[in-house]
Amino acid sequence: MNDTIVEARNLIKHYKDLNALDNVNLSLSANRIYGLLGRNGAGKTTLMSVLTAQAFATSGEALVFGANAYENDAVLSRICFIRESQKYPDDFQPRHAFRSAALFYKNWDQGLADRLAADFQLPVKRRIKKLSRGQLSAVGVIIGLASRAELTFFDEPYLGLDAVARQLFYDRLVEDYAEHPRTIILSSHLIDEVANLLEHVVVIDRGRIIMDADAEEIRGSAVTVSGSAEKVDAFLAGRKILHRETLGSLASVTVDESLGSRERAEAQELGLELSPVSLQQLVVRKTMAGAGGAGHTAGTGDFSDDTLEARR
Amino acid sequence: MIDDSKPIFMQIAELIENGIVDGSMAEESQVPSTNEFAAFHRINPATAAKGVNVLVDSGILYKRRGIGMFVATGARSQLVARRTEEFFEQYVKPLALEARKLGISAEQLNTMIERSSGLVPEPGTDKERSAAL
Repeated sequence: MNDTIVEARNLIKHYKDLNALDNVNLSLSANRIYGLLGRNGAGKTTLMSVLTAQAFATSGEALVFGANAYENDAVLSRICFIRESQKYPDDFQPRHAFRSAALFYKNWDQGLADRLAADFQLPVKRRIKKLSRGQLSAVGVIIGLASRAELTFFDEPYLGLDAVARQLFYDRLVEDYAEHPRTIILSSHLIDEVANLLEHVVVIDRGRIIMDADAEEIRGSAVTVSGSAEKVDAFLAGRKILHRETLGSLASVTVDESLGSRERAEAQELGLELSPVSLQQLVVRKTMAGAGGAGHTAGTGDFSDDTLEARR
Repeated sequence: MIDDSKPIFMQIAELIENGIVDGSMAEESQVPSTNEFAAFHRINPATAAKGVNVLVDSGILYKRRGIGMFVATGARSQLVARRTEEFFEQYVKPLALEARKLGISAEQLNTMIERSSGLVPEPGTDKERSAAL
């Protein structure tokens, strides 16, 4: 089950003076749901484009199913990439898009596509140009699920989908994945919504991977300690601080470490309150710490100023 | 139901344990499949499987090939024994700590515990349940 199906080595992608990918090393295993998280412009879409052979890397190597994907039909037919703003031919209706997908993907399940279209209340005979933003996203979600490709990328597939439709997407994803395991890469800003679906999390920030760990390892890997500022600071002395907030004499400090049961007991005796940090909070804290905001985490602080400027 | 305080697989294992301890999952009855757990809690199926496997490894659940997972005979007493040990650390210690902070004497504390057990229906052997309430 742990076969590597994607292997990226030293991937670099420059756009003029911008390092969209700055030496990315990544390997993805078969039959897992990955979360690819990061801010806008962090490099998520660029990474997925390079892995799916829709963009060229400036240097480095990306192997998918052990081969280079460029113009390689044997590899490409096993990959499905649902982009945030997928373009379709002008006169296409959703059913035409589904028919094209059915020709391309050998695992295509028309029954599933029909059921999903009904679930999302998608007008399959209306021209795609006339669809609402949410309906357009639904077309992508349906193709992504019904293609059952061994490697499926969803790049923020939820634009314009309301909360009900997004929940429908997550539910159908879990159900279908359970029956037909495959590798799914879900890129999302709505981290809280997808956190429990993910088995592994990759966080990218300014072209670099700053976190690459199993979701269950991350859960509980950070903790927020709050109470009197003096006691909090004394208790946390020497630890990796991700974020610090104060209110009068009270402080709330997030550390990038877990606490053992003895330390927890100690905190309790000091009257300090411990609270868990959600994946979303952790990603926010880590990317802010890397951007030179609060805290000093290693690894991401050495960006040159002009790169930062270019980002803004 | 699922929160961020600890790994999800542990929470799944605890949910099943709770069901066994409170009797809603009887011994030798079948437990839901990992895919059913995944769909119900909206979690990754691999995570649900990990939670179930924790209980298989400790002999709480057992696998019947081709049929599914079942609660082992003796699972409840095994869980109650373990939880009774954890009960002191988890409930009694913090209780004593908070009581000391508030200046509540041991005697007053005892009176309170007696009064509270009057509020709870006869709990039988599961001490941890009456304490949790």
